[in-house]
Amino acid sequence: MQVPAPVDYRRARDVSHALQLLDQLGPEARLIAGGHSLLPMMKLRLARPECVIDINDLDELDYIRIEGNELVLGAMTRHAALLASPVVGEHYAIFHDAERVIADPIVRNRGTVGGSLCQADPAEDLSAVASALRANLVIRSASGTRTVPARQFHTGPYETVVGPAEILTEVRVPIRPGAGSAYSKVERRAGDWAAAAVGAFVVLTEGTVANLGIGLTAVGADHFCAPAAEDYLRGKPPTEEHLAEAARLAAESSSPTADQRGPVDYKRHLAGELTLRSLRRAVARAEGRV
Amino acid sequence: MQVTMTVNGAEVSADVEPRLLLVHFLREQLGLTGTHWGCDTTQCGACVVWLDATPVKSCTVLAAMADGRSVRTVEDLEQGGELDPVQQGFMQEHGLQCGFCTPGMMMTTRWLLDHNPDPDQATIREAISGQICRCTGYENIVRAVRWAATHAVSEEVQA
Ligand SMILES: Cc1cc2nc3c(=O)[nH]c(=O)nc-3n(C[C@H](O)[C@H](O)[C@H](O)COP(=O)(O)OP(=O)(O)OC[C@H]3O[C@@H](n4cnc5c(N)ncnc54)[C@H](O)[C@@H]3O)c2cc1C
Ligand code: FES
Ligand code: FES
Repeated sequence: MQVPAPVDYRRARDVSHALQLLDQLGPEARLIAGGHSLLPMMKLRLARPECVIDINDLDELDYIRIEGNELVLGAMTRHAALLASPVVGEHYAIFHDAERVIADPIVRNRGTVGGSLCQADPAEDLSAVASALRANLVIRSASGTRTVPARQFHTGPYETVVGPAEILTEVRVPIRPGAGSAYSKVERRAGDWAAAAVGAFVVLTEGTVANLGIGLTAVGADHFCAPAAEDYLRGKPPTEEHLAEAARLAAESSSPTADQRGPVDYKRHLAGELTLRSLRRAVARAEGRV
Repeated sequence: MQVTMTVNGAEVSADVEPRLLLVHFLREQLGLTGTHWGCDTTQCGACVVWLDATPVKSCTVLAAMADGRSVRTVEDLEQGGELDPVQQGFMQEHGLQCGFCTPGMMMTTRWLLDHNPDPDQATIREAISGQICRCTGYENIVRAVRWAATHAVSEEVQA
């Protein structure tokens, strides 16, 4: 039987209260959102906080909205809400592609966008999506608010720039009119973490790729991204040959490790193949073909 | 710490350790052993209950997190001596053998039917994809849910 070690429990009323509790309780206290990463780690005693601060009452962080030319997701948005949101699908199908294969429907009822990004598991699908889309992440502390680009947010496996007395409040994604996007994942069985996955968006102008982003999951890519592949494809027409070369470069920028989900060469192969598939689908969507 | 929540419509209060998981609170402290406890790792779905009207895996929620909220378990499906259509469907279509996965399957599919009264097979399979059954091969579970979908409550009362 897996049970967490003894722990204290506090419930935050709002963001200011959560920050106050973090400040007061010190670095051994941890926020708990959906708890679907933290509680499993506490059960395995891989995490042993002295106190958990429950932020499930923070309705002020549970929203999906358009602000100016940005799509904004509150940190307490559940996976299920993201998947069900028409406005998200309208601008970025990549989110729906990814959410359909994140865990299972019941886990998605509970897990949150903020928890996913802050957990910083190398196989976290939304980290690669945020990286592909060059999202900006808003972090609040008692002394103010700062915004960090997704590609500078993760500092290593299970590590982010969020400090012990800070809270991630929202994810801001620039809306790019006409963008097509997609996410492709290979998993061993329904609901499992990725063996590898890749997300991409493209914006086409007069038959060339004017803007794009590629995000890689679970293959050890620096900051979940593939800048060399992006640089190569930018300004070129999205021919099969160009997409394939970009995919090859993306695979080259991965550095997977062997584990029960597969050996290194297999995962690198997947990184390339899934880049190709996501780029193809993103292009087709941008062209309005699907 | 003291927690107070609504379980199957009735308010309950208890003293719990903050580390206590909701599944153990329900089973051991309240004696509601209809909710099963299987894998411990958020994978099998035997422990699914509703928390504020949403299905969750209760092995991955602290009882403390349910404080002030409402919980619904499989014990609440039967109303006034009448089995829920989902329960009847599982009987009619042999949707269970050992019954270990059944409470979680029924809580998830009751919720599905409340939100989508006429789901197709693919939708049902997707809805239960986070839950494991080692006996039925799922085929009869899907049939059981279809049975429930085609036997609305009013018809069932007449039956
Ligand atoms: C069986 C299973 C399968 C899964 N499969 C996948 C999968 O395929 N792909 C995938 O991407 N994920 C998967 N997950 C993870 C799931 O998406 C989690 O819900 C998610 O990773 C964490 O979200 P949470 O809200 O539960 O976070 P929690 O567990 O509550 O928190 C995780 C960490 O983030 C911190 N945190 C949470 N919110 C904030 C915030 N707002 N500000 C600062 N810090 C914060 C916490 O302190 C903690 O350290 C799976 C989980 C399970 C149980
Ligand atoms: S016991 Fe909760 S998912 Fe298996
Ligand atoms: S009936 Fe035995 S596990 Fe489903």
